[in-house]
Amino acid sequence: MLSVTVSSGVVVLVGAVFLASAVEMIEALTIVFAVGHTRGWRSAFEGTIVALLCLGALVAAFGPALVHVPLDLLRLIVGGVLLIFGLQWLRKAVLRSSGLKAKHDEDEIYRDAVAELSAQPTNAGRDRVSFVMAFKGVFLEGLEVVITVLTLGTSAHRLGLAVIVAAVAIVLVGILGVVVAKQLSSVPENAMKMAVGVLLVSYGTFWTGEGLKVHWPGGDTMLVGLVAIYLAITWLYVAWLRSSAPKQATEVSV
Amino acid sequence: MNKQPSFPVRVLKGFGMFWWDFLVGDTPEIFVAVLVIIGVVALLSESGHFNAAAAIVLPVLGVGTLGASLWRAKRAAGK
Repeated sequence: MLSVTVSSGVVVLVGAVFLASAVEMIEALTIVFAVGHTRGWRSAFEGTIVALLCLGALVAAFGPALVHVPLDLLRLIVGGVLLIFGLQWLRKAVLRSSGLKAKHDEDEIYRDAVAELSAQPTNAGRDRVSFVMAFKGVFLEGLEVVITVLTLGTSAHRLGLAVIVAAVAIVLVGILGVVVAKQLSSVPENAMKMAVGVLLVSYGTFWTGEGLKVHWPGGDTMLVGLVAIYLAITWLYVAWLRSSAPKQATEVSV
Repeated sequence: MNKQPSFPVRVLKGFGMFWWDFLVGDTPEIFVAVLVIIGVVALLSESGHFNAAAAIVLPVLGVGTLGASLWRAKRAAGK
C-alpha cells in the first residue's frame, strides 16, 4: 500500500515538473534561436549561460531555506500558489482548446522576435541587444520552472528529484532543438500546457488540503483521484465552450 | 525634472510587480477565489464534524473557480 501511494505521488510530481520544464524550455529556446540566427550566437549563448547561472543560484539559495519552513505552513502556501498558477494555466489551455483564444504559436513568436531584432542596429564586438534578449527570455521562462521545482519539490520533500527531472527535460528539449535546428513549433505545446495545468491544480488542491489538515479519503492516493477529476472537468469545460460559442471569432485578452 | 528611483527601489518595485503579475495578472477572480477557498476550508477543517466535508468542498470550489473564470472570459469574448 505504501509503495503504491508513494509512487503515485512521485509519478504526478515527475509528470508536472517534466512537462512544465519542457514547455518553458521550448519557449526559451524559440527566443534564443531567434537571437542566434538573427544577430549571431556568441551573445545569445552568453545571455543564456548567465540566465541559467542566475536561476541555479535562486534554486541553491531558496531550496534549502524552504525546507526549514514548518511543513503545514509550507504546504498551505505552496498549495495556494500552485492552485492560482495551475488554474491560470488550465484556464488558458481550455480557452485555446475551445477556440476562444489563439493557440500559442512558436512560429509566430519566432518571426516577431526576428523582426524586432533585425530592426535594432548592430554593434561591433559584444552585442548588448542579443545578450539582453537571450537573458530575459531564458530567465523569465526559467523562473516559472524554478517556482514549479521549488514548490513541488520542497512540499513533497523531493527537491533533488524535482531538480533532476527539470534538468533532464531541459537537456532533452535542448538536444531536440539543436538536432532539428529550428524552433520546436511541431511539439504539441498546447496539449502539454493543459496537462501541466491539470497536474498543478491537482497538486495545489492536495497541498492546500494537507496544509489545512484536511483528511483526504485514501490518503496520498487521493492525488491521483484529483488528477482524474480535474481532467474530466477540463474536458467538460472545453466541450461546453465549444458547443456554446462555435463561431466565436473574438479573442479573449488573457 | 524626473529623478530616477534608486537601485534598491527599482529592484523592490520589480520584485513586487513580478509577484503581482504572477499571482493576480489579468485573472484577479482566481486570486480572490483561492483566498476565499482557503478561508472556507480552514473553517471547515478546524471543526471536527465538518473535516470530511472540507475534502469535498475544496475540489468543488476549485472546479467552480475555473468555471467562473471561463464564464467571465466567454462573456468578455462575446462583447
